[in-house]
Amino acid sequence: MIEIKTLISHEMESGQRRDSAGKPIPRKIINSFTASFNGKTVFQADWHPAISANPYQSFFYKVKESGEFKFVWKDDDGSEYSSTNKIAVA
Amino acid sequence: MARLFASQTRRAVLRTAALAFAAAALAPRLAIADPKAVEDELKKLYAGKPMAEGRVKLDVPQIAENGLVVPVTVEVESPMTETDYVKAVHVFADGNPQPGVFTFRFSPECGRAAASTRMRLAQTQNIVCVAEMSDGSLFTTKAEVKVTIGGCGG
Repeated sequence: MIEIKTLISHEMESGQRRDSAGKPIPRKIINSFTASFNGKTVFQADWHPAISANPYQSFFYKVKESGEFKFVWKDDDGSEYSSTNKIAVA
Repeated sequence: MARLFASQTRRAVLRTAALAFAAAALAPRLAIADPKAVEDELKKLYAGKPMAEGRVKLDVPQIAENGLVVPVTVEVESPMTETDYVKAVHVFADGNPQPGVFTFRFSPECGRAAASTRMRLAQTQNIVCVAEMSDGSLFTTKAEVKVTIGGCGG
């Protein structure tokens, strides 16, 4: 069993802040994080505006075979950020 | 209340009125902290199903100096097998503008129902955690975090 730690650089604008002119700054957050191993979803997180900027996420995974992890972060505006990482079982 | 007003001087009445007005002006800001909002969210999710205490461990600091980055770890006691595992864990903050913080969705492949992230807290408040097991049963726990500098708005 391994612990996986992920970190993505993102401002996670909550929509609660105001700019210097007093206008609310529009919300822009990553609302979902998905981790899949060899194509199968193993862990998911729904994030709300209360998640800190540059979101950190860790979780556990029981590795039984070699393969590839894929992490996908989904933004409010529809964009997706993804990252892959290989794991080899010796 | 009417009797109380009758015994007050005109100035005192005016002062009370001014205070009431100020309170009304502040109300939208104060309305952000509503512990009932968490209950409403849970009702939406689980329609008032009973929740048991225990099995869920919520690891948060007792005092958070910076409300912008408050570490949070949840861990649920579970064998995490194909037939008995933790489906989801929801975390809410009852004093934030929006109560929802996150939902973690586990699978038996996780091996361990534990995960961490970092959250923003607007003020001192209760963090409520609810875990849903694969058989549909619910477990809950909560913890108070004292926030020195709030992490929402600005």
